[in-house]
Amino acid sequence: MSSQIDRTGIKIGMWLFLYSEIILFGGLFVLYAAYFHRYSEAFSVGGKELNRIIGALNTVVLLVSSFTVAASITAIQRNARKQTIGLLLFSIFCGVIFLVNKYFEWGAKIHHGIYPNSETLVAGDLGVNIFFGLYYVITGLHGLHVIAGMVLLSISLALVLAGKIDGSRLSMLDNSGLYWHLVDLIWIFVFPLFYLVL
Amino acid sequence: MDNQENHHVLSYSKLAGVLAILLVLTGVTVGVSYVHLGFLNVPVALAIACTKVTFVMLFFMHLKYEGPIIILSFVGTITFLIIMIGFTFWDVAFR
Repeated sequence: MSSQIDRTGIKIGMWLFLYSEIILFGGLFVLYAAYFHRYSEAFSVGGKELNRIIGALNTVVLLVSSFTVAASITAIQRNARKQTIGLLLFSIFCGVIFLVNKYFEWGAKIHHGIYPNSETLVAGDLGVNIFFGLYYVITGLHGLHVIAGMVLLSISLALVLAGKIDGSRLSMLDNSGLYWHLVDLIWIFVFPLFYLVL
Repeated sequence: MDNQENHHVLSYSKLAGVLAILLVLTGVTVGVSYVHLGFLNVPVALAIACTKVTFVMLFFMHLKYEGPIIILSFVGTITFLIIMIGFTFWDVAFR
């Protein structure tokens, strides 16, 4: 018994979901644009508080992990199972590094009294308060997406190990990869908007 | 089993090339942020980000090799996004 697998259909479904994610973050970027227009000086003050080095490091981590995920799909298509497993493990590890960096970054901010509804922010400039409000909402939501992406990649990894994903049945890995790239895409915009504003 | 919807296999070297471009562009965007371009700072940063995103989508996400349905629906989404961001921003900016 062989059932036909509609790979294009599966992929279209995933893309439809990704469109909703793009619009979700698009809405937040609209908020950013509107407030940036009104409080551009406060935004540049807030942006200088953020650590460019950590931001750039996290960008590199995500770009490299995106590459390894894309490479893992090439590997499985060539039926190189061991390479696929290695590349997926490395990608998940990159996700961990990203989150650890984020933990230290948020930790340092919170330590300096910069967190939603903190006294420093509430008593300070309204624009700076809004900047950090957006910072926590957008990077927090993005962080949740990183975790979701890692879960999807881990499930794919388990399926590869169990032999349920191979060169001819790889939609799960394909779609997890697409999700991971989306996480990367969002970060590509978050990085200049928050860390590099002037 | 004639399931030849042909999933394009990208070579490692091509993917690595894309990664190299992305890393260089990240370096450029960080470098440019230290230069004061006044009004142009934000557009330049966004232009570089858009270029990076284009590379990720075309190659890592295989968009270059997808059929018309995915490409058209994607273009539709981006068009909607541009309308949403563009018109909201105009409204706010010229109120």
